[in-house]
Amino acid sequence: MAIPPLSEQELIQQYGPHLNYEPPGGWLAEHEPDRLVKTHCCFCGVQCGIQLKVHNEKVVGFEPWEDFPVNQGKLCPKGVKRYLQNNHPDRLLHPLIRTDNGFREADWDDALSLVVEHIQRIQATYGKDAFAVLSGASVTNEKAYLMGKFARVALQTANIDYNGRLCMVSAGAANKMAFGIDRAANPWSDIPLTQLVLVTGSNIGECFPILTDYLWRARDNGAKFIAIDPRMTPIARTADLFLPVRPGRDSALMNGILHVLIEHDWIDHDFIDAHTKGFESVQKAVAEYTPQMTAEISGVPAASIVRAAEMWAEAEKSMLLHARGIEHHTKGVENVLSCINLVLATGRIGQPGCGYGTITGQGNGQGGREHGQRCNQLPGGRDIENPQHREEIARTWKVNESELPHVGLTAVELMDAVNAGQIKGLLSLSFNPLVSLPDTKLTRAALEKLEFYAAIDPFMSETAHYADVVLAGSLQEEDEGTVTNGEGRVVRIRRAVPPPGNARADWEIIVDIAHRLGKELLFPYAEPEDLFRELCRASAGGPVDYAGLNYTKIEQHNGVFWPCPSREHPGTPRLFEGGEFAHPDGKAQFHPVTYRPPDEDVDATYPIIMTSGRVVSQYLSGTQTRRIGPLVDQYPGPQIELHPRLAEQHDIQSGDMVCVESRRSSVTLPALVVRTIRPDTIFIPYHWPGEQSANRVTNRALDPISKIPEFKVCAVRLRKVKAGV
Amino acid sequence: MEFFIDPSRCIGCQACVHACAECESHRGVSMIHLDYVDRSSSPQTTPTVCMHCEDPTCARVCPADAIKQTAEGVVQSALQPRCIGCSNCVLACPFGVPRYLGEMDQMMKCDMCYDRTSADLKPMCATVCPSGALFFGTKEEIEQKRQEKPINRFTFGRQVVTTKVHLMVGDTAPDEMEFDVASFCE
Ligand code: SF4
Ligand code: SF4
Ligand code: SF4
Repeated sequence: MAIPPLSEQELIQQYGPHLNYEPPGGWLAEHEPDRLVKTHCCFCGVQCGIQLKVHNEKVVGFEPWEDFPVNQGKLCPKGVKRYLQNNHPDRLLHPLIRTDNGFREADWDDALSLVVEHIQRIQATYGKDAFAVLSGASVTNEKAYLMGKFARVALQTANIDYNGRLCMVSAGAANKMAFGIDRAANPWSDIPLTQLVLVTGSNIGECFPILTDYLWRARDNGAKFIAIDPRMTPIARTADLFLPVRPGRDSALMNGILHVLIEHDWIDHDFIDAHTKGFESVQKAVAEYTPQMTAEISGVPAASIVRAAEMWAEAEKSMLLHARGIEHHTKGVENVLSCINLVLATGRIGQPGCGYGTITGQGNGQGGREHGQRCNQLPGGRDIENPQHREEIARTWKVNESELPHVGLTAVELMDAVNAGQIKGLLSLSFNPLVSLPDTKLTRAALEKLEFYAAIDPFMSETAHYADVVLAGSLQEEDEGTVTNGEGRVVRIRRAVPPPGNARADWEIIVDIAHRLGKELLFPYAEPEDLFRELCRASAGGPVDYAGLNYTKIEQHNGVFWPCPSREHPGTPRLFEGGEFAHPDGKAQFHPVTYRPPDEDVDATYPIIMTSGRVVSQYLSGTQTRRIGPLVDQYPGPQIELHPRLAEQHDIQSGDMVCVESRRSSVTLPALVVRTIRPDTIFIPYHWPGEQSANRVTNRALDPISKIPEFKVCAVRLRKVKAGV
Repeated sequence: MEFFIDPSRCIGCQACVHACAECESHRGVSMIHLDYVDRSSSPQTTPTVCMHCEDPTCARVCPADAIKQTAEGVVQSALQPRCIGCSNCVLACPFGVPRYLGEMDQMMKCDMCYDRTSADLKPMCATVCPSGALFFGTKEEIEQKRQEKPINRFTFGRQVVTTKVHLMVGDTAPDEMEFDVASFCE
């Protein structure tokens, strides 16, 4: 049914991406701001403070917000140009209903009646779980909470998940296993206080540019810096020690470093004895990871492994930070645990300037995973299979515990169930799986099988081409709410302007659908703050406790760190002080990790490793940033980064068109020959759709615990297609 | 407050380039140059802003006397009616700063966000720069914060140029730096 009603070319012509370069009325128009709105950038988990200039109810520019402590006025190019969205020519201004020859503008009543009619038909025919919800981690906490409740209470489906599943769920799972809580252990303000920063699998300069300054402040204070990355990234370039790990070998490398530390007894026995459990099993597991053996697996020279351990030992305080580079693996959880083992064995956590954390990527990557829009989770970070947790939330929601669905499918599995014909209907919010899921071909086949699909988005995403109804939703600057940044700080998002045209705030659309499904009394919200109050109440006593938060408090303090269990509580910037962990016994848990190869390793037919990632000027699947002219000009399309040695073997020069083939499909893109990548590895950024999509070739295999896909390593071969001009 | 540049910290993000184009006096036109030194061998990038020379070569070679210096020592873009578009300044500047913009028939260059700095705001680029490669503050502040030292005297052959903008210089010899990832694998 859901084959797009027009050709891709026609859809692009009508709905973009077109490039917007100028504020409303052009550069020369009058833009004296009527007001400056203090809010945050929507484009990553740093959540930089920014002041949006509003003129005639349109966002026309920005002014740095130097008093906001996280970024002190600093911004990356995405933050600088984010203001170009609200008045964008592609902005959806009305609901759209699919017809035989395109989409027609509709009014809300028609569009939502159709949505409700299909929800009811599909659920009556195939069962409640045959209608699924996919949400995003760029949405506010309020919306994340609402989506979870909407799915469980209004739709009564088990199948809701979110695109954070593609982001850092492996880190979240590992943190829960080791510490009993899923949040960065330290505020970023601890980075400048440390003596050693170890960054593994994080291209900080491009993905969290503002943290570059934290890194430099640490080094200005005398700290050393170790970078682990298959590529010489802009920050790795300046590292005191650079370990160019072969993709997919991170856990072996961490085991190897820990091996050296244990061998020299550079570990903290007192801390291990007093605050942890299970060290012996880890000691046993890393025993075989001699520098020599680790070097063979990881591709990092033995001397560098020993040097890393020495530098770790020489420092009294350290900060270990990681991101998607070690998390996007079928052993993502194990990779993260191998880092945590190193931190725990040396007692480097819970002190000023000393700790650990994953750097969350999406705008609300942290809050988006806390309030119940994950398939296995209820608000307050509760577990959907825990009877007590179910009881607590059922009471808050005024439903019977027995009516609450149980655990549903994770994002990738959910799309597989669509493909298998088990899920027939889908509602999505801020999720563009056609670009962001691995193995595009499979995702496309799945979308074509849906009986009904409704997408809520401010722009027509590539996935929305397959929709029966596109509901014109809101941009971050068009709604009130809160977001929780990568360090666990809950910040306030302000509505700078109302949604343009007939577009509506996302939460209003969801609430409207819930009401039309007969659940008026259970969704009694007049404004986002109502949702926030209920969210905080629902979180009380849970693993993620927001009970003491309110909008005023958040604004007054430039954000408050959770847990914040009461009105008087100042929030908790640093976790685990005094070695108190969140498990019931207060101890941290070691988990032994034994290295295993990637799901798809190189062989004679596919001899080259491919890894994927981001560029500084684009965000996620590009639904927003591929429409912002200056950002597109900065890096117009994906290129294949490869080392001159590899290039020579295939007679490739920069600018040549090169075909990258995997077992799934192929992608043909221009080559960029650079010495800044391992000679056995190629890199392609993933922000683009269709023929340019890196995810045509990536592997859909999942981590068994967290169900994160293996974006960061698969096996490919190269073929030069055409010489460049 | 003064302007300091440390290209070694630059991550090539181009926030400065985009933010420059948001400055009210020349909205839509960026005056910063951001270049890869040699992308094939390193991700090193370098931002170029006007150094605001005490005795600006650009003004000295201008036959139309179109380039003026403010009392604070900020060297401004060529004055529109005077600039004859000869591009002498473009060729003469020792730092490669000025550009002749055909569509405006005028030499335009970084004026240290004169409209902002004269209103006690920091220049756009140095406010947003995420790495601290561009910094605007007092000399005491930067000397206290960083190990690199600010210099503002440069020798080009026999010409000695003293500038308002400072360059931060550390003691790592650049020729000791290795960029080829292959050499880190062995
Ligand atoms: S994308 Fe991230 S680092 Fe860049 S301005 Fe926005 S919040 Fe800040
Ligand atoms: S740096 Fe170049 S443009 Fe700037 S004042 Fe000196 S000579 Fe003129
Ligand atoms: S903003 Fe700073 S880090 Fe980014 S390109 Fe400009 S000088 Fe470099």
